[in-house]
Amino acid sequence: MSAFPRAKMLPALKESAMAAGIALLLALPLGGVQLPAGSTQALHFRPWWVVIAVVGVFCGRFALAWLGAGRKPAANGAAPILDRIIAAASPWRRPLFLGFVIVLAVLPLMPFADRRMVDLATLVLIYVMLGWGLNIVVGLAGLLDLGYVAFYAVGAYSYTLLAMHFGLGFWTSLPLAGAFAALFGVLLGFPVLRLRGDYLAIVTLGFGEMIRIVLINWNSFTGGSEGISSIPSPTLFGLVFSANPAAGEVAFHQAVGLPYAGVHKLIFLYYIILALALATHLISMRLRRLPVGRAWEALREDEIASRALGLNPVMVKLSAFGLGAMLAGFAGAFFATRQGFINPSSFTFIESAIILAIVVLGGMGSQIGVICAAIVLILLPEMARDFAEFRMLLFGGAMVAIMVWRPRGLLAHREPSITLAEREKEGGG
Amino acid sequence: MAYFLQQLINGLTLGALYGLIAIGYTMVYGIIGMINFAHGEIYMISAFIAMIAFAILGVLGVASVPLALLVVLLLAVILTAAYGWTVERIAYRPLRGSFRLAPLISAIGMSIFLQNYVQLLQGARAKAMTPFISGGFVVIEEGGFAVTVSYLQLLIMVLTLVLMAGFTQMIGRTPLGRAQRACEQDRKMAALCGIDVDRTISLTFVLGAGLAAVAGVLSTLYYGVIDFFIGFLVGLKAFTAAVLGGIGSLPGAMLGGVLIGLVEAFWAAYFSAEYKDVAAFSILVLVLIFRPSGLLGRPEVEKV
Repeated sequence: MSAFPRAKMLPALKESAMAAGIALLLALPLGGVQLPAGSTQALHFRPWWVVIAVVGVFCGRFALAWLGAGRKPAANGAAPILDRIIAAASPWRRPLFLGFVIVLAVLPLMPFADRRMVDLATLVLIYVMLGWGLNIVVGLAGLLDLGYVAFYAVGAYSYTLLAMHFGLGFWTSLPLAGAFAALFGVLLGFPVLRLRGDYLAIVTLGFGEMIRIVLINWNSFTGGSEGISSIPSPTLFGLVFSANPAAGEVAFHQAVGLPYAGVHKLIFLYYIILALALATHLISMRLRRLPVGRAWEALREDEIASRALGLNPVMVKLSAFGLGAMLAGFAGAFFATRQGFINPSSFTFIESAIILAIVVLGGMGSQIGVICAAIVLILLPEMARDFAEFRMLLFGGAMVAIMVWRPRGLLAHREPSITLAEREKEGGG
Repeated sequence: MAYFLQQLINGLTLGALYGLIAIGYTMVYGIIGMINFAHGEIYMISAFIAMIAFAILGVLGVASVPLALLVVLLLAVILTAAYGWTVERIAYRPLRGSFRLAPLISAIGMSIFLQNYVQLLQGARAKAMTPFISGGFVVIEEGGFAVTVSYLQLLIMVLTLVLMAGFTQMIGRTPLGRAQRACEQDRKMAALCGIDVDRTISLTFVLGAGLAAVAGVLSTLYYGVIDFFIGFLVGLKAFTAAVLGGIGSLPGAMLGGVLIGLVEAFWAAYFSAEYKDVAAFSILVLVLIFRPSGLLGRPEVEKV
């Protein structure tokens, strides 16, 4: 880093002072004074918070100017380094992915795998599956769906209600839950997908809220905000996972001849979600090579050009939207059976935002990025419970920062789905 | 009839508040074509600033209602506008010219950030204040049911009307309004004609935040209870109002706000209070199906 040029000192100081002034305005009301929670207490003044904020912003802004002065203007941050690493790793993508899958497959059988670990891995895999499902909608088709959790909720409640009222098992209900979710997706998508992309975002957001409000208020059908409990668990070819199977049922540990252990059920659930997630992955990788997948990407890149080439945008978008909804429905059914109880508070907008953040931070359209982002976003808060207060704050901040720094996501360097032989062009961009 | 009239008054009040926030959405959408998802949070922040300002004035012993109201309005508008400016500067300006979804996702991140920022600084529990402006007058009395308009409701409607008129004049007559309309039509061309596009966009955010601040102050007075989560639903409904009226159109935002307010008030009064939000969103979907450009909006022309 070169020395800080004198001539730039004054403008940098001026800039920093401006930023500090703004920080003063921002921090003064909300940071400097705290409203009492009850009406009896007095206001709580915190002048130091304002001082810290102002000084912090001043120093930060000045440091930025300092660092910026030593850098050549052409280089735009650290992004190229990351790009190079990803590009170097990309021929190894398939073996890496395979190795990852093998690790995941043997993970619960390892001696160090306890209940908590299997449970956490299951949780991460649910989000990986949801992320891959949403990746089809957002990453491939470029449709911003802010109410993805609504379809997750539809799947969860479909399975629960089918199991409660018709006594259907998990495996029978799973396709039905997916079908219901897809139906909702198509019904919602049909009118809205004709419109501009931003409208879709807001309508899906509204739809997510609508589903939640209905779930809370339709007491007789959904159990209201209490939710529904004692949802049956899945069976393995008719074998149940329970210490004392009911008459006429055979328990897994009896059939295999092992002593009963609660972890068996967790491991079984883990394998189910692993299979579901891998199926999601295969579906999206395969579809990407089919005409419909090409159409999604074409439409994402340039709608007018695709229309001129004879694609029907509504049908193409609808297929992506419905498929994404169906995958969320599968995940929802699994979520219901894993939890054993569901209530509407599992399906708030924040869930949608987390799933979206997984897709966005991982790099839209990147399958491995989703895994990395899901691990980071789901595991970190679980590990650092003391930090939980700041979790969502950092989360929102990270979404903004990543968009500003790398708008296509962290691992967005993706081979173009199709290239001309001679002209190698960089995809993503 | 009296009950109907009372609901009409309540609905109009609610609608005026939605309309004020909706103008912020519609102006920003008009000029840079993005949904400012964090706008609801700006409104929430202004509600907090208003309550803090009222509390401080209470500590200082300012008893005059008009003076206190004026001071709080000014403070809230200035400080909230600073938030609006900062949000634009940090989260949206670096993304200008980026791909389509980037600013929207950044806005969602900003919205989550601001919510948790306020929650951390002010605590998660709801804050309440004693009514500041009370009283009202009876319009008509019918069968033992008195239709009342509170002074506060009157203030909300009058202030909204005044601000609306002022804004329409500003957009139509002042150099800033002209610059805004120019940027709306063609940003590159406007820049070539010597308009500082970045500054115009920043000012649009500041103005939108200012109106949201007025709505925040008024709704704090009206409801008396705030928490860090109020921005989400109100923002969503104000956006619905903007779309309903035709996004990009100022009178449309107001009309949409009033319609949403009326629908909500009447739905809650005659059907069920639980489903009033569902009613508002259903209207959004219906309008988008049958009149995608909104009630007063111009149909969009796609350009290659």
